[in-house]
Amino acid sequence: MSDITQARRALVARILEERGEASRAQRRAAFDGAGLPEPLRTLIDKVAKYAHRITDEASVRSSGVREDEIFELVVCAAVGQASRQYDAALVALDIANGKDGHAARDS
Amino acid sequence: MRLAILDSGHGFATKALFALIRVFSGQPVLDVIKLVKYRADFYGGPMSRVTHGAMRGPSAWSVGDRELMAALVAKTNECTWCTQAHAAVASGAYRDAARVSAVLSDLETAPIEEPLRATLRLLRKVTREQTVAPEDMRAVLAAGVSPEQIEDALAVCFAFNVIGRLADAFGFVQPGPEAFEAGAKYLLARGYR
Repeated sequence: MSDITQARRALVARILEERGEASRAQRRAAFDGAGLPEPLRTLIDKVAKYAHRITDEASVRSSGVREDEIFELVVCAAVGQASRQYDAALVALDIANGKDGHAARDS
Repeated sequence: MRLAILDSGHGFATKALFALIRVFSGQPVLDVIKLVKYRADFYGGPMSRVTHGAMRGPSAWSVGDRELMAALVAKTNECTWCTQAHAAVASGAYRDAARVSAVLSDLETAPIEEPLRATLRLLRKVTREQTVAPEDMRAVLAAGVSPEQIEDALAVCFAFNVIGRLADAFGFVQPGPEAFEAGAKYLLARGYR
């Protein structure tokens, strides 16, 4: 089977824990979808819930947040939401397959 | 929300690579390539390893099946760019565009194998509702899909729930069908690395 466990763990570690233009706290908040101030909060919420509705987000551009920070925070938000979907599905699969669904399938 | 850095913030070597792509393919550089090549150590490099593993790693699913899964996840997210891009790759892999078109038009009536249909239903639910229950998994297992196949399909789902969000968030420009065809040929020949 195509095991992406290590590659996904490396991706999450890179975007959250290593050097970036946005602070580690901001990247973690974007990944978790909680804890960012406006106008970033609205942008990150859209990335997670309905990215196809994102347009120019002028308020973010005019807030002084640099493009490299926006780039990183949007990536973190997308990976975070997809991770929650993926992890929840793996837990459901484990339960259906007779395993302990709460056993760690770490991200 | 297009970022200028994703259009023109790349280093000299990457810009030279883009020029070569334009010359040899006769097509503009796709926005997804501009994304993965921008500060590739942050996102493009690590994510390409995830995507290549999910889409081209060993699996009981064919390349066509996995590209079809990617297209369906994209369609569920209303990501037009990724839907068209991966419908083109799936059509090339299967050598059957009608099969791909049928699934994207109506999953329930499309002439495909029941294990694949059950798996696509599951991915659609994971994507649309953000979560699934053990009963959803049991339905797929009962259709004859192995737990390993479900995990493989969820890996595809993960990758395209990331990529589709980024395509929409960064306002990927829709190229002509020839550019998607050229991209599809590249992905079928080289994968996602």
